[in-house]
Amino acid sequence: MSENSESKPYINFLQAESKHKGIFKWILSTDHKRIGIMYMTGMMAFLLVGITLGFLMKLEMLTPGKTIMDAQTYNAFFTLHGVIMIFLFIIPGLPAVFGNFMLPLQIGARDVAFPRLNLLSWWLYVVGGIFAIASLFLQGGPIDTGWTFYVPYSLRTGTNVSLPLFAAFILGFSSILTGINFVTTVHRLRAPGMTFFKMPLFVWAIYSTAWIQVIATPVVGITIILVIVERAFSLGIFDPALGGDPLLFQHLFWIYSHPAVYIMILPAMGAVSEIIPTFAKRTIFGYKAIAFSSLAIAFIGYFVWAHHMFTTGISDTSRFIFSLLTFLVAIPSGVKVFNWVATLYKGSITPGAPLLFVMMFIFLFSIGGLTGLVLGSLATNVHVHDTYFVVAHFHYVMFGGTVMIFFAALHYWLPKMFGRMYNEKVAKWSIALIFIGFNMLYFTMFILGYEGQPRRYWDYLPQFQTLQIISTVGSWILISGILLMFGNLHRSIKRGAKAEANPWGGKTLEWTIPSPPPVHNFDEIPVITHGPYNYGEEEAK
Amino acid sequence: MLGEATKYAESVDSVMLLIVGISVLFLLGVTAAMIYFVIKYNKKRNPKASQIEGNNTLEILWIVIPTILVLVMFYFGYAVFHESRVVPKGAMTVKVIARMWAWEFEYNNGKKSNELYVPANRPIKLELNSMDVNHSLYIPAFRIKEDVIYGRQNYMVIHPEKVGTYIIACAEYCGLRHSNMYSKIHVLTQKEFEKWIADSTGAFNYYKTTTEKYALLTY
Repeated sequence: MSENSESKPYINFLQAESKHKGIFKWILSTDHKRIGIMYMTGMMAFLLVGITLGFLMKLEMLTPGKTIMDAQTYNAFFTLHGVIMIFLFIIPGLPAVFGNFMLPLQIGARDVAFPRLNLLSWWLYVVGGIFAIASLFLQGGPIDTGWTFYVPYSLRTGTNVSLPLFAAFILGFSSILTGINFVTTVHRLRAPGMTFFKMPLFVWAIYSTAWIQVIATPVVGITIILVIVERAFSLGIFDPALGGDPLLFQHLFWIYSHPAVYIMILPAMGAVSEIIPTFAKRTIFGYKAIAFSSLAIAFIGYFVWAHHMFTTGISDTSRFIFSLLTFLVAIPSGVKVFNWVATLYKGSITPGAPLLFVMMFIFLFSIGGLTGLVLGSLATNVHVHDTYFVVAHFHYVMFGGTVMIFFAALHYWLPKMFGRMYNEKVAKWSIALIFIGFNMLYFTMFILGYEGQPRRYWDYLPQFQTLQIISTVGSWILISGILLMFGNLHRSIKRGAKAEANPWGGKTLEWTIPSPPPVHNFDEIPVITHGPYNYGEEEAK
Repeated sequence: MLGEATKYAESVDSVMLLIVGISVLFLLGVTAAMIYFVIKYNKKRNPKASQIEGNNTLEILWIVIPTILVLVMFYFGYAVFHESRVVPKGAMTVKVIARMWAWEFEYNNGKKSNELYVPANRPIKLELNSMDVNHSLYIPAFRIKEDVIYGRQNYMVIHPEKVGTYIIACAEYCGLRHSNMYSKIHVLTQKEFEKWIADSTGAFNYYKTTTEKYALLTY
């Protein structure tokens, strides 16, 4: 592998000119790196909206009854918080930002397989986002069904349901097209010599995810269209009053939405498998076990959807089967965690901010995964289903899991993307605040849930107030940590110290080219002769 | 703390304890190993990393052991849950009608009430009916809930034991006043219950405020 000389002048992708002017240089660009950054910009905006909604909801929970908003507003807020965080932030998530930016770099390609389709995906994302936001201000008012859109309520409510559903439909297409693009890219554009088992694990994760995007997303697309049509023309698919079946909706919804949680978590797991070897300066422990566990999760993940429905009156046989399969899907996640920890064994470790985020991830994600066992077990599920326990569980998995790694990846790849370094000290302070705030905010919810506090409650009984207050104060600490982190990253992009091509001593291909990368990534496409994490090489020399 | 009002609640809590116990061991093990490695193999102490590519024995161990453990958890979770689905002979049937945002309980003799009155030590089958959207009948002290779905009749079985009054909540989001869709279950002695069911007046309880409604509850 030849090191590109860093002194050689080149035009990086941030400066590059095209036939377009001003903002059009970006929004009409087919460069995978620019598209990645455009996704990042949009997602950050939606993340901030989602955080603001969450902050206001926790403020409302300070006292029983009305604190700052009425019940209708609260119901709209938890719906929007869910819709925005899930459909506009965490599902596009790591694939849209880091998959776009890093996938071609990590496999030694000049772009994704279909660059213009890639730009179309981004435009669909923007249009979906605009529709979702527009629905808030149109006749009827913001949607209040919860992000799960359960019928018959979503057929009965007078709020704006069809428009945000249509937005989710469009966003689904963005996701499907990105998936098709990534699958093709991995199959067709790997550098010479890069066999599947020489691919970085982030590529494996993006590849597994892309398949779920392609196969599962159409199901939710159809479901959404059926709800819209049913609202408009009283079709009678889901509404029992017209001969429909409300459980059919729940099946269809979760056939997509359960695999979707693996769309959310798998790419994060891939990024973890990149960050740990880089900061431990050693090869990953159990490469094949980690790669195959991604595929196993993607596969078994299709067959566990009805664990969201254990209390809906489905047959006892299906409760038996889905509970069993749910326990089995825990195994490959466990395998990953064990291999990651083993990768730290006898490493030469620098505990930089990305690694600290990863350690926080392993702790929080383990709690999220292990409480998933409580939910997978039928006896305990029936008690904690639809309580704060579930809310805590999925925030530990999705926020403590995926979003923490999104933050880790922002720090890890920031030098590559923008050619600038962040302030390490400030980063560590923000991590400490995030860790304390997160656990205060969400751990209390496990207790509240087990004590019988149902979710989506605007009002609550007085005996829950102490824990609610601790939780709300936690949200303030968490948000200060996140704002400090964003401040640090923003300042770094503008004024940070210049980054070298390979500031962490990483081994994957993105670190062999200058920071920020040149427009066409590689002057010469590299030829691959070894695995992705060959830290033993120097010692051999 | 939330009390255990039935033997079934105790069984659910012991399954919880089993799962949480094993989970805490795993969590502590993983976290301790991780922190220990990061300190022990710090760059300053260990400037040269060892390139260990993996270990098949370990991989098999940490697939097989967790698989056995989760199967044990699965078994107890299913076995306990299964009890709650069996309708014993001689169970008393009460019809539950849920609507936005109130509960109604109808007895065989035609008596209706907005709170559930049951005799202790007799299994009760609740037939769950919804008039509009999905609701979910949740009795935290009994560790049990079942969705009340419009257009289909679900059921749940409870085994009230300790005389007392406990909360009933709606656990499936059902719109504006979902969080106020509370009721109570009163477990009476057989004698008290017979008196109550024979009395055709005073079946509906009204409260002026939420505080009044939930005062004096053994939660």
